[in-house]
Amino acid sequence: MVTIFGKPLILLYGQLTLGLINGAFYALLSLGLAVIFGLLNIINFTHGALFMLGAFTTWALLNYAGIGYWPSLILAPIIIGALGLVIERVLIKRIAGLDHLYGLLLTFGLSLIIEGLMRNRFGSSGVPYEIPSVLQGATNLGFMVLPRYRAWVVVAAVVMCFFTWLLIEKTRLGATLRAATENAPLVQAFGVNVPRLVTLTYGGGVALAAFAGVLAAPMNSVNPNMGSNLIVVVFAVVVIGGMGSILGSILTGFGLGIIEGLTKVYYPEGSATVIFVVMALVLLLRPAGLFGRAT
Amino acid sequence: MAEPMLQVRDLHAWYGESHILHGIDFDVAEGEVVTLLGRNGAGKTTTLRSIMGLVSRRTGSIRYRGAEIIGERSDLIARRGIALCPEERGIFASLSVAENLVLPPVVAPGGLDLATLHTLFPNLQERSRSQGTRLSGGEQQMLAIARILRTGARLLLLDEPTEGLAPVIVQQIGHTIAEIKARGFTVLLVEQNFRFASTVADRYYVVEHGRVIDMIPNAQLEANMDKLHQYLGV
Repeated sequence: MVTIFGKPLILLYGQLTLGLINGAFYALLSLGLAVIFGLLNIINFTHGALFMLGAFTTWALLNYAGIGYWPSLILAPIIIGALGLVIERVLIKRIAGLDHLYGLLLTFGLSLIIEGLMRNRFGSSGVPYEIPSVLQGATNLGFMVLPRYRAWVVVAAVVMCFFTWLLIEKTRLGATLRAATENAPLVQAFGVNVPRLVTLTYGGGVALAAFAGVLAAPMNSVNPNMGSNLIVVVFAVVVIGGMGSILGSILTGFGLGIIEGLTKVYYPEGSATVIFVVMALVLLLRPAGLFGRAT
Repeated sequence: MAEPMLQVRDLHAWYGESHILHGIDFDVAEGEVVTLLGRNGAGKTTTLRSIMGLVSRRTGSIRYRGAEIIGERSDLIARRGIALCPEERGIFASLSVAENLVLPPVVAPGGLDLATLHTLFPNLQERSRSQGTRLSGGEQQMLAIARILRTGARLLLLDEPTEGLAPVIVQQIGHTIAEIKARGFTVLLVEQNFRFASTVADRYYVVEHGRVIDMIPNAQLEANMDKLHQYLGV
């Protein structure tokens, strides 16, 4: 049997794939958090709950409306994104400009309410969602067997991250967003409706979380806790990448997923904490994050 | 007599708790270059920022082309055709020179097109892909002026465009303002350097302690030199 540093290659490939998948979710979620933090200065603790709602929306679309996975990939982000617009307009807007703590408490409270309501309705174990038929099964690549759905999740996340990056870094709208992140009053004084931009940005970031939720729906069960389990790690990813950095969130998300996977191979006991160890190191050595600009 | 393009009456402004402007009055007619002179902290910058809607509280009256704008949000004021070139220049670090240049949305027809701007400011074309804040101070100032000429705004508020720049650049900015004026733009200028201001301005208002205390037409500048020196403490 082929081994690397005493571990079978097949195990390494398997954990690397799992790592990439976790990384895909870290990247999608931290990307939305980074965009929201950049413009709104809000640490959006509701992100995990909205990710979970994305998965439940996918489930509900199928079970109440007969709408399958593929349309849900577009519909669920639109529906949850619209919910995000309402949350921003009705709640978050009111605390704009106050200390970070207010935003943190508001969004954290909101996520507890959303999760509580969902647990009340669906129970903790959640509901199943089937993998779409074309993506069932696995492909033998010769050196390993790759479950098709997992490969799809990684590809979809990479494509979505790429287009988000393109939108922010290479378009007119993205330039306005970046400028408003730096100096919102001046951008508004140029004639840009910044309050509307803020609302749309929150909706967009939330839609990314919901997109991740759709991808996650067929992976395990769709359950009310799926967001809170993930979001703590995602916050560590955001801190490591540097608050507000777009490319940083994407690269750090995938990178940490892979590091986590490798840790599972070589030191399984450390796999649950490795990301937080990296976070502590980064905070000590580069407090602004790997890709962050010191302010 | 027709109402001036910009009419400011009894303007009071606050930053948080501090009361900065205590009743500013002045007019700017269409096509004029008007300069606000005054010592540091007199309230010149705050006056420009108040017109643009960038202070936390303001009272009194600011009329632009006959419409009261004192209660308006800054983006709506900009949409009426007023544009600010801020004292700190406000070039965005995360945007390239080209992106900085086209950032402010076009609010009315009649702005200068990119080709004209690149003729006026050749450096901006050469360095269009650089990060905005990598430009020299003079180039950043050119960029800050160029980007508001594109938008079709007719009233330009320029806050100390020559501050901290080398004499040759100051001269270039003087030419630019003359060019802007020749094209029919109206300019409200804040300037410490009144030797520079005297090359471009039609009239001066002297601001002290948040009030306008005097108005001097450019033709009478020489006759009022002693008085001005006294006002400005130079």
